[in-house]
Amino acid sequence: MNRRVPTPGGAGSGPGADPVTPAPTPTPIPTTSRTESRTTRVGPLARGALLRWLVLALAVGVWQLVARAHGSVYFPPPARIARHAYDLWFSGPARHLLLTDAAVDNILPSLGRMAAGFALAAVAGVALGIAVGRSRRTYALCNPVLQFARAVPPPALVPVFVVVLDFGTQMQVASIAFSAVWPVLINTAEGARNLDPLRVEVATVLRLTAFERLWLLLLPSALPRIFAGLRLSLSLSLILMVFSELLPGTADGIGFTLTDAQSRSDLLTVWAALVLLGALGFLLNTGLLAVEKRLVGSRRPT
Amino acid sequence: MLTLDSLGRHYGDHLVLRDISLTVPDGQLLCVVGPSGCGKSTLLRTIAGLLPAHEGTVTVDDTPVSGVPDRLAVVFQDYGRSLFPWLTVRENVALPLRRRGLGRAERRAEAERILERVGLGGVARRHPWQLSGGMQQRVAIARALVCRPALLLMDEPFGSLDAQTREDLEDLLLEVHRTDGATIVFVTHDIDESVYVGDRVVVLSPGPGSRVLLDLPVELPGPRDQIGTRGLPGFVALRAQVGRAVRSGKKELP
Ligand SMILES: Nc1ncnc2c1ncn2[C@@H]1O[C@H](COP(=O)(O)OP(=O)(O)OP(=O)(O)O)[C@@H](O)[C@H]1O
Ligand SMILES: [Mg+2]
Repeated sequence: MNRRVPTPGGAGSGPGADPVTPAPTPTPIPTTSRTESRTTRVGPLARGALLRWLVLALAVGVWQLVARAHGSVYFPPPARIARHAYDLWFSGPARHLLLTDAAVDNILPSLGRMAAGFALAAVAGVALGIAVGRSRRTYALCNPVLQFARAVPPPALVPVFVVVLDFGTQMQVASIAFSAVWPVLINTAEGARNLDPLRVEVATVLRLTAFERLWLLLLPSALPRIFAGLRLSLSLSLILMVFSELLPGTADGIGFTLTDAQSRSDLLTVWAALVLLGALGFLLNTGLLAVEKRLVGSRRPT
Repeated sequence: MLTLDSLGRHYGDHLVLRDISLTVPDGQLLCVVGPSGCGKSTLLRTIAGLLPAHEGTVTVDDTPVSGVPDRLAVVFQDYGRSLFPWLTVRENVALPLRRRGLGRAERRAEAERILERVGLGGVARRHPWQLSGGMQQRVAIARALVCRPALLLMDEPFGSLDAQTREDLEDLLLEVHRTDGATIVFVTHDIDESVYVGDRVVVLSPGPGSRVLLDLPVELPGPRDQIGTRGLPGFVALRAQVGRAVRSGKKELP
């Protein structure tokens, strides 16, 4: 049985691996009219986006040409992979949102487990992180434990959960949650700890209640760090989702699709699953970044 | 009434304040002048109950200060950092009103009213970091004034303002002081300002171990007026007296 963790393309590039560094914006000349100055500001950004997609398209194009020219059965050209993925998962009836039975049976359960695990990790991580980071002493006491827990490679924990919870959804969700909780917890604690002491004095003078301190001071000032943790946790969740489905005894999921196809030497499906995982990782990360931008982005880092 | 009784304060083995005794009657506007690093901010923090006194006591209305006194407002020297960047200007200013039992709409209206008075009516819905330094300083002042404090501590509150805005806000402070009758401790390094604004000026000696060098009542005829008052012979004499005290303190240094 193959137990290697497939690299989930997009997500594997890591948290915050968003390459969107704004293109150098030339300062608009103030003498130009309103509309003109707007176009000069939007222009480079749009060009940057275009350029990024162009590079991606180029890479896929090269892949296509090389794979076609080589004609190896192990490395099918991307067009064939895309076609196969479409036939396999996205050619279903409209009332199922075009999802085929294979997609409903495998992609949705995977996503469900990942969502459950990630949500558990996020809630528990933020709550515990605030509790730990709020006091200097608890932070000092808990820090070695946290560093140790973080240092354990998450997939190594899966066998423990297999023994404790047996195979199945519970074990998978627990593996995801338990692995993904640490980055959120540690980052939240760090964020809560680095509260500006002057703002604490302000809260004291304003006689804010414990809840107001949490809601108006602690959470907002830890928010950037919380999201840094969430991004790490999201990619860990994806990894653990796949990994927990690679184990024998799983009945469905994207990971199961992978091992199943591998056992049938169906390389085209293996490739399609890999591309699907990459796309999922990319989409989920983009979604999280969008949420972060809404909640955090509207303020200068302080 | 605010009473400091032989107050002493140090950081580690660095002595900052030594034997400071002052009685500030209700409704007095006390200006504290002193060179940089002499312990003015430390003094305010001790009065606010944010730092414990190491020697002596601070009493507000006959009760020794152990926590933050009731109906206290503080304008911190680092005003920009004292605002919450994730809240709008109006939300920042409305914060102290939460303890006043007002509804959300009332809090908002009060905040807007005071923002109008410090000349920031137009920026209520912006965020603090979208404002200039002087505007942020006025937000911090508005936040302190909004709840009509009984004791108001201000740490160089007009430091980043242009001369005109500064004069306007000095007069606003005097007006608020006249109508609300708060006890105010006003730290400044501007000798002119201390004499213009204060009912009384206290000069601290340079640290370490600052003490009171001069305690001077300001008695000037009539209501204050930016042009008239500053030209009065009495004003000029007081200013000279404070200036000499500050300078003599500097000469004491080895
Ligand atoms: N947290 C601290 N830890 C150690 N020393 C401190 C601390 N805060 C202030 N000090 C020291 O105490 C002394 C007084 O500081 P303080 O901030 O009260 O001065 P200040 O009179 O307000 O000066 P300025 O006019 O520059 O604001 C300084 O010498 C400073 O180095
Ligand atoms: Mg100071």
